[in-house]
Amino acid sequence: MSEFLSANLPHLLSGISVGGQYALIAIGYTMVYGILRLINFAHGDVFMVAGLIMVYATASLPIYISIILVVVVTVILGVLIEKVAYKPLRSAPRMSVMISAIGVSYLLQNCALYFTGGLPQVYPDISFLTKLVHIGPATTKMVTVVTPILTLVLVILLVLLIKRTKIGMAMRAVSKDFETSELMGIKINNVISMTFVIGCALAAVGSILYFSNYNSVIPTSGAMPGLKAFVAAVFGGIGSVPGAVVGAFVIGICENIIKGIGLTEFSDAFTFVLLIVILLVKPTGIFGEKSTDKV
Amino acid sequence: MKKILALLLAGCMAFALCACGTPAEPAENTDGDNAEASGDTVVIGVFEPLSGDNGAGGKQEALGMQYANSVAPTVDIGGKTYNVKLEIVDNESSTDKAVSAANSLISKGASVVLGTYGSSVAIAASDTFAQAGVPAIGVTCTNPQITEGNDHYFRICFLDPFQGTVLANFAKENLNAEKVYCLGQLGNDYDQGLVNYFKQAAEELGMTCEVASFPENNSDFSSYLTSAKNFGADVIFAPTSISYAQLIVDQAVAQGVGVPLLAADTWDSNKILGAAQGKDIEIYVSTFYAEGGDPEFEKGFKEWIKADSNNLTNNGGDDIIAAVSVMGYDAYFTALEALKAAGSIDSKAVMAALPNVTHSGVSGDIAFGENGDAVRDTAFIKKANVNDNVWDFVTVQSVKK
Amino acid sequence: MGKKLKSTMAPEKKIGSLIAVVLLVVLYVFLFLLDNAMPVNSTTTMLIPVLKKGAIYALVCVSMNLLNGFTGLFSLGQAGFMLIGAYAFAIFSIPAAQHNSVYQYFEGGAIQFSIPEALSNALGQNAGNFLGSIICIIIAGLVAAVFAALIGIPVLRLKSDYLAIATLGFAEIIRAIFQWNGLGKITNGSNLLRKYTNFHDIKIQVGGTIFQLDTIFPFLIATLSIMIIVLLVNSSYGRAFKSIRDDEVAAEAMGINLFKHKMLAFVISSFFAGVGGALLAMFQTTIQAAPFRSTMTYEILLIVVIGGIGSITGSCIGSFLYIACSEWWLRFLDSGSFLGMSVPFFRDGFRKVVFSVIIMIIVLFFSRGIMGDKELSFSGMLRKARKRKEAKAAKLAASTNGKEDGSHE
Repeated sequence: MSEFLSANLPHLLSGISVGGQYALIAIGYTMVYGILRLINFAHGDVFMVAGLIMVYATASLPIYISIILVVVVTVILGVLIEKVAYKPLRSAPRMSVMISAIGVSYLLQNCALYFTGGLPQVYPDISFLTKLVHIGPATTKMVTVVTPILTLVLVILLVLLIKRTKIGMAMRAVSKDFETSELMGIKINNVISMTFVIGCALAAVGSILYFSNYNSVIPTSGAMPGLKAFVAAVFGGIGSVPGAVVGAFVIGICENIIKGIGLTEFSDAFTFVLLIVILLVKPTGIFGEKSTDKV
Repeated sequence: MKKILALLLAGCMAFALCACGTPAEPAENTDGDNAEASGDTVVIGVFEPLSGDNGAGGKQEALGMQYANSVAPTVDIGGKTYNVKLEIVDNESSTDKAVSAANSLISKGASVVLGTYGSSVAIAASDTFAQAGVPAIGVTCTNPQITEGNDHYFRICFLDPFQGTVLANFAKENLNAEKVYCLGQLGNDYDQGLVNYFKQAAEELGMTCEVASFPENNSDFSSYLTSAKNFGADVIFAPTSISYAQLIVDQAVAQGVGVPLLAADTWDSNKILGAAQGKDIEIYVSTFYAEGGDPEFEKGFKEWIKADSNNLTNNGGDDIIAAVSVMGYDAYFTALEALKAAGSIDSKAVMAALPNVTHSGVSGDIAFGENGDAVRDTAFIKKANVNDNVWDFVTVQSVKK
Repeated sequence: MGKKLKSTMAPEKKIGSLIAVVLLVVLYVFLFLLDNAMPVNSTTTMLIPVLKKGAIYALVCVSMNLLNGFTGLFSLGQAGFMLIGAYAFAIFSIPAAQHNSVYQYFEGGAIQFSIPEALSNALGQNAGNFLGSIICIIIAGLVAAVFAALIGIPVLRLKSDYLAIATLGFAEIIRAIFQWNGLGKITNGSNLLRKYTNFHDIKIQVGGTIFQLDTIFPFLIATLSIMIIVLLVNSSYGRAFKSIRDDEVAAEAMGINLFKHKMLAFVISSFFAGVGGALLAMFQTTIQAAPFRSTMTYEILLIVVIGGIGSITGSCIGSFLYIACSEWWLRFLDSGSFLGMSVPFFRDGFRKVVFSVIIMIIVLFFSRGIMGDKELSFSGMLRKARKRKEAKAAKLAASTNGKEDGSHE
């Protein structure tokens, strides 16, 4: 038993930690989708940009100020993207908005490529997160332990925000029925901005945890985590925050188990197989509400 | 609205046409063999990945060539002095960008092309150079398929079957390895080829190997390292590109794998040293050049790097000399030798002259043998010194036949 | 009224198609000269690959437009189907003698024959290569179509963005399968496939002279394929596709079998994506699964948007513009100097930044693209010109006669 544990505990640990990081990105996807019905393809790249901001900020600032700066700048970037690229297309067909999102993603990646000169950037060492800890027979970074705890705390806070506050109520209303809530006097634009603020702030926190674990940032760093986080959001039922978190942990852990049993080539492919299966079996995800299409 | 759009587009096109006309013009004449019309410039194409997975290595290789160009900016060909112009093009480490990048070098009138770092892209561009009759000198691309059956592709470095065998020998003799865990990137010719040759050689030497591949853009290596541990590996062999190498080193430290990491020429980079600095990890690499081989060259190169902040950034922020820069430097001079031997800047003449070109370079003597591959029978093994942030020379390894 | 309109339009339609045919002939003559008679200089060495790749992308973009623009299915699986086509083409056309070298890690591979080679032995080198390539291209399309049919059964039940993400996922799964060493004997695992028939091998022999068909060949295949798509779009199937795009529920109510028509569009689009992939393989002379990632699909999608969603001519114009800009005209942005001046921010990657900014401007402010959903047609232009002339004449008549009514339909 102990041998089995020592062999497989590291897989499980890294699965949980990756899952937590996906969860923080997935919340951004699920909230934006819940309200705008838009797959924000640029979200993964916002996450990557947050990593780059950290790299450049720590070059001249102390680390704890940098962390705050990263969150603030990422939030500004996210809101800016919404105002420039999505808001003008609010009445356009859904396909146009999605294409705009792909365009933003392309732009962010290319800008990152230009500014980094195509070189991988080494992420700064946040000593609190990168020090080594021993859990049973396994050795790992502190961040592995911090991630799930921090993720859960943030999610509980977020759920409270959505369930108990006025803005949270507005968000729920808007995601139920866009037009009606507008008629009821809810300031749609503020609600949408708030969604992007929350999504991007969590992505920034996620990026700090993720890149402390995997300490190199390249322009395409955000693409795969972004897609997987989206799959997590779909798996959990899009629009549902706890669903996204559960989905993210499931994907993170499964992915690492698959790598553990030697099918390494298919660790990414598995995520998509899972996506397609869930879409066919239960398109609304495990926590999703059943929606009826109006004609 | 439509009219404005049409006007805008027309404007864009006109602008683009003007713009393309200008830089292309000087190259127009250099093509062909009439040296009279060409002024006194000979163009050497630099076909390197400046972005993407291999961006870091490609930049360092190009730096070597640029330095060589600053040392020897002119060349005498057939009794006439020519200025050497380096035309650098980025192939983005991607096989689908290779063809048009190669074509843009040809259109700029390159007499000979140097490159590339990363074997897949070299193979992908090979036919384009062949059809245009432009010879290419591979600098650090080690896959045997590049030169095999080609008259136009030459190479100044050793090959993967050699490198894989050398590393297997080293693992057996110096690291006393019995079990080796091999890790390569899925979809990368270089990684997969080297892993394959290493495995062949290692199994002949009586070692057992387990092979795993990770998908592109993967950043979580902890599962692989755990599998390596579970396999009971004495050595982890991971000849990946630098972007992944940094992650592997970092996570190997975090997991306390406790076994040496072994890799090939790509890992010989200050980025790896940076990742390993002050950490508890052993890293061995096989490479083309060990620091201290030619002090005069090193002094000059370091001064040149430090003189320009751009170069310093491209070299990864410090002045540690990468073996690929040395190879780039040697490749440039080999190309000059070829131009001299051809007595003309016509690419076909250069191609005809290349097989017999020899050059005593910083990394050793270069002569082309069978298939246009350089005759090399030794590789340097270096170990990362985690305290002083330098590479320590370990041994010169050759293959026992 | 309709009858009358038809009769007045007929001559313009005739003249319009005549102009189109003449232009097409001129284009092919130009391409033929480009392959055989033009001097090799810096312009032609860039022009030729740009034309080839432009033609290939035009085909791929039109095939994507058939799905996204005409049927309203937002699919992002194009790169996956191109990958299948490219591999199918390469696998069936590697000469037997080259197998050991190409499949060096997989004992020479499992498939030991080559269609172009077999035909070359029977019909002679040139005819064999020409026919063999065409057969392989058709096989490539068919293999992609079969995969599409299999994938389509589950996926086409999904709606808009779910469909997009599911097809994107399938493309990634396909890429992983083709890179898997377990299939190495067929796909060569992660390694490049090479040495198969490429554009340079396509020649014809007339009398004693051999003519190169390097550039004509991709144009020929692309033109034929696009013509088939145009015929399809204008047929009753095409009208069914458009009605599905405009309103699914209404279309179903009108008796259109949704699943059948969606499947048809998906399979046909994938067939031509496969053909495009095969041509791309011929163009690149080597093929590897790695570059067929979602970025490639995004690139194709953006070209479709630039050209105009729902416009075939738009997609074609968009492709040539995009390829020429990205591969040729805008390269100077990376070079560090402009018109002889040194511009420090013109360094590697700047080209791509400029490009993505242009794309964003098009997406946000010119969301209809170059052509909108209109087609570029000479008969249409002539008709417009005539109308304008008539209107002018009428105006003139109105102003001279004072009270003549100048409105014309």
